[in-house]
Amino acid sequence: MTPTMTTAARLAGLPAGLDLAAADGEALHPEAAAESPLSIRGLTVSYGEKPAVFSVDATFPDGALSAIIGPNGAGKSTLLKAALGIIPRLSGEVSVFGRPIDAARARIAYVPQRASVDWDFPTSVLDVVSMGLYRRLGLLRRMRSEERAHALACLERVGMTDFADRQIGQLSGGQQQRVFLARALAQGADLYLLDEPFAGVDAATERAIIEVLKSLRAEGRAVVCVHHDLSTVESYFDHVFLINVRRIAEGPVASTFTAGNLQATYGGRLAAGHIEQLRLGGGTA
Amino acid sequence: MHAEFVQLSLTPILIGIFASVACALPGNFLILRRQALIGDAISHVVLPGIVVAFLLTGGVASMAMMLGAAGAAVLAVLLIEAVKRLGRIEPGAAMGVVFTSMFAGGVLLLEQSDTSSVHLDVQHALMGNLESLIWFKAKGWHSLADPAALAALPDELPRMALVCLVVVALTVIFWRPLKISTFDEGFARAIGLPVAAIGFGLVVTAAVAAVAAFDAVGSIIVIAMFICPPAAARLMTNRLEAQVLWSVGFAVLAAVLGYVFAGYGPLWFGGAEAVSAAGMIAAVSGLILGLACLFGPCRARVGQGRDPAEA
Ligand SMILES: Nc1ncnc2c1ncn2[C@@H]1O[C@H](COP(=O)(O)OP(=O)(O)O)[C@@H](O)[C@H]1O
Ligand SMILES: [Mg+2]
Repeated sequence: MTPTMTTAARLAGLPAGLDLAAADGEALHPEAAAESPLSIRGLTVSYGEKPAVFSVDATFPDGALSAIIGPNGAGKSTLLKAALGIIPRLSGEVSVFGRPIDAARARIAYVPQRASVDWDFPTSVLDVVSMGLYRRLGLLRRMRSEERAHALACLERVGMTDFADRQIGQLSGGQQQRVFLARALAQGADLYLLDEPFAGVDAATERAIIEVLKSLRAEGRAVVCVHHDLSTVESYFDHVFLINVRRIAEGPVASTFTAGNLQATYGGRLAAGHIEQLRLGGGTA
Repeated sequence: MHAEFVQLSLTPILIGIFASVACALPGNFLILRRQALIGDAISHVVLPGIVVAFLLTGGVASMAMMLGAAGAAVLAVLLIEAVKRLGRIEPGAAMGVVFTSMFAGGVLLLEQSDTSSVHLDVQHALMGNLESLIWFKAKGWHSLADPAALAALPDELPRMALVCLVVVALTVIFWRPLKISTFDEGFARAIGLPVAAIGFGLVVTAAVAAVAAFDAVGSIIVIAMFICPPAAARLMTNRLEAQVLWSVGFAVLAAVLGYVFAGYGPLWFGGAEAVSAAGMIAAVSGLILGLACLFGPCRARVGQGRDPAEA
């Protein structure tokens, strides 16, 4: 009856609602219920003299789709990277399912911004997806047929099976983004962190990706996306985290994604007209 | 004829092959990481190491020279990292600062000390002495089974073979981490790979290969082999596995053809003397790269097949 039962149940493919063992566990250990998939305390990161992220607290909910929202240069990518230990932090604590990040890496899948890699790299689509199996394969073990099948199934989930042998440079931006998502799926994680998965993708890809993310939520997993399109926040996400170097607001979309909070996040950069178009602030929608 | 080949040509060709392969293998990853010039940097910074080793030991024993050179290479790698971190400047500039100042330091040391009497000249540093690495005791192919003859093989051969073997083994063992961290550093860190250690290990491996090759065949081969075979190989395939195999093939081809052309080419054209084998090997590797640029099947890479409307 430990919190890890949740994982066991998920790996067995049980939907969250049927995860009775975990529910029992939480009843016995009330603190376990508070174990957020990703919890950040007092995170400060600086590239130069001015901090890019300053003293940020964040707690993302389990079994939900969360958005990190803020203007360009607000520190959204920096927040994710520092939380994952990809870049050093000046201060702050990060816990993943209640454990230090290094003890929880097997439960995390990270999808970097698409532009962060060289798509000319000599590798195939299936090869990139197989990189998601590294923690399982280790240094030398050869991929077995079931692992290959798993990688192909992940490609299938994002509708990219036909492209398995393509060189990754010969894909459209949307297709590249799907390959990145398939690699994350191959990791079989419980927490998915995605940096702008909808940036520069075609409409079909956007639909495919949100469907996959919603199916992950249905499996009881936590998904956190850096997101830039304010018009889709309400239809895609359950929880928002607004940031502009500092934390502005955080909570359920219905109560937190308000005109007032957006104004505070974007300042003058978001014209009143834009906010008007989103029909926020209770009423018109 | 055979006896002469085994005595005069077999060991230089083998040493050339091992040196070329040992440099070409890490070169594949260095190029993909945009660090190709590190081979160049290393071959410059070994000069002060060799001079210091000479000053300390007073001799030109190969082992001391190798250690001096390797020490200088590792020091250079650390300095480049430090300059990059502390100075917040881009890697190319950091490399430039470190290797020019270390090379200058080496020249100064050389001038200040009385090393002019020994064979520490630029010609040697650049071209090595591949042609002189002959196997005196060999009487023919059967000498390969003769312990006494084998004991008289030039030191450079077993040393270069060992370094080549180590480089091959490291490449095979660390293939996945190398590939993943070269392609996507952020992802590699997120899954817990020790990315900094992998990068450092790669550069140190390249440095060891460069230093061993530098000693046997001179810096010109080192610089050429880090870049030409891998770059040519990239134009032949879109798979890293195949690229690395192509690069090994090209390295071997350049070593063999370069040696043969250097020895016999001038005679074919009516010249009297052979030209430097090291120089010719480097030239052949450049020629292979040129041919790959013209005829390689995977030349049109950037944006190929991309649908701009979709992006
Ligand atoms: N590698 C870097 N070096 C220096 N400054 C950086 C680096 N990456 C990001 N920054 C700066 O940090 C701030 C936050 O960047 P980022 O986290 O990428 O913003 P966002 O993802 O919200 O657009 C920006 O001002 C950006 O210019
Ligand atoms: Mg960003």
